[in-house]
Amino acid sequence: MLDRPGGRLLSAHLGVVYLFLYLPMAVLAVMSFNDSRLPTAWTGFSTRWYAALLANETLLRTAVNSVIVAAAATVGATVLGTLLAVGLERRRPSTLLDTAIFVPILIPDIVMAIALLSLYYMLDLTLGLHSIILAHIVFDISFVCLVVRARLRHINPAIVEASIDLGASEWTTFWLVVFPAILPGVVAGALLAFTISIDEFVIAYFTAGAGLSSRTFPMQIYSMIRFGLTPEINAAATIMLTVSITLVLFSQRLGRGAVA
Amino acid sequence: MRYAGMSHIVRQTVLLAPGLSWLAVFLVVPCAIVFGFSFFERGIYGGIEYVFGFDNYRRAVDPLYLGILLGSCRIAGIVTALALIVGYPAAYLIANAPPRRQRLLLVLVILPFWTNYLIRSYAWMVLLNSEGFINRALRALGLTTEPLPLLYNEGAIVLGLLYAYLPLMILPLYAALARMPRDLREASLDLGASSIGTFLRIVVPLSLPGAVVGAVFVFVPSIGNFITPDLLGGGRTNMMGTLIYDQFLSARDWPFGSALAFLLIALMAVLLMVQAWLVNRARTVGHA
Repeated sequence: MLDRPGGRLLSAHLGVVYLFLYLPMAVLAVMSFNDSRLPTAWTGFSTRWYAALLANETLLRTAVNSVIVAAAATVGATVLGTLLAVGLERRRPSTLLDTAIFVPILIPDIVMAIALLSLYYMLDLTLGLHSIILAHIVFDISFVCLVVRARLRHINPAIVEASIDLGASEWTTFWLVVFPAILPGVVAGALLAFTISIDEFVIAYFTAGAGLSSRTFPMQIYSMIRFGLTPEINAAATIMLTVSITLVLFSQRLGRGAVA
Repeated sequence: MRYAGMSHIVRQTVLLAPGLSWLAVFLVVPCAIVFGFSFFERGIYGGIEYVFGFDNYRRAVDPLYLGILLGSCRIAGIVTALALIVGYPAAYLIANAPPRRQRLLLVLVILPFWTNYLIRSYAWMVLLNSEGFINRALRALGLTTEPLPLLYNEGAIVLGLLYAYLPLMILPLYAALARMPRDLREASLDLGASSIGTFLRIVVPLSLPGAVVGAVFVFVPSIGNFITPDLLGGGRTNMMGTLIYDQFLSARDWPFGSALAFLLIALMAVLLMVQAWLVNRARTVGHA
């Protein structure tokens, strides 16, 4: 069906879609190596904006904050999400529970942000990095659970039965048979959770405390962007894009496309 | 892998309770609080006055706010329509590509979605501004002499949202199209239907549930967005997301913001119910 002129037009359309998706990022990456002080006019190759980033202590501090948030949220969500996935795969299918797991992914981030802010207000909780971490675990659980469940479904039930038949306890069977089989999925889920968490802006913005101590990297980028376009942002943006894309590609390889 | 008995219950509790409790405490309870807030009044200094009433919902349909709500529905609607027009042929092509290629093509679609949202908006600021890539290219080609005002208008918002959420349209469309048995199309063609007739009467109806999922995935985050209207719209166009943001962070009218957030959730729920209904119908039609 795709060999006729109409088909070729369609194929060209797909090319245009990929161009649309990647050209803006590519331009950004190229401009980050631009020597000019203007963020858009090319004058020559330079890595000086990357050097400027390294000298920007505020930005580095927020980058450290982001890594702390993402790492802590990932650890919490990976444990909770994996347990949840194993538990859900072992019980009768339940539409209610399956939907509940999807809610954190479906709900608009602004709604989750104000809801968590309201919770913290009611609890009189002092805001800081910890309040962002608690919030990020919520949606990270869903992504980990999704990826691990996809992996669990690929386990051959015969190997689990064989292990039980040969006298292994369920606990032993889980650790020696099931867990090694789902481990790539667990790691894939963790990588995805880390990526989402380190890039997340809206919920962090609402649940962070005042001041630099709980400002994340995306929050800093937001205030820089609002201040104006600078080549420094191009460099910071390129680093963030590279980190996210690398992590997601790793996750995809391990998780066998559970999410995509 | 199902077991019965006490040890089963204990194990299931150990497995499910921590994660589900987390979701209960940090998702269900917060949403309940927001729902509760939406019936109260704002305190003089920004807190909550616990006086019950429906004033916040009445205010939401006030001409001033209703205009903003309808305006953001219109923008999100345009974005959704464009995503469908651009995304459908793309999803169709991916679903009909050789199976080995499909995975790569899909990963390439979803990859930008996993990158930082701010940066994806910022990239368009770099492209669209008066000294940006596009204006320079147009001048270099001699098509324009003065820079075109591409940034800080509604068009830029639509473009930014389309860019951000297009993958969320392509993915469910692909899933629906890839699930479709090839035999159905072949049967239709064998029975004498034209390829356009087959497409319109077999392929389109069966991919409709996917299109609706995609539409919800694009429409809801678009309408609830505040970053793109701020960065690409120059802060002059208010979306529902902007309004909620303002109530919580600048106007400090949390109850009104809560009512708006609840309306957004209700809208999403209605759209998802329409989708569930369509899936059910498609299933019945498929079995008939």
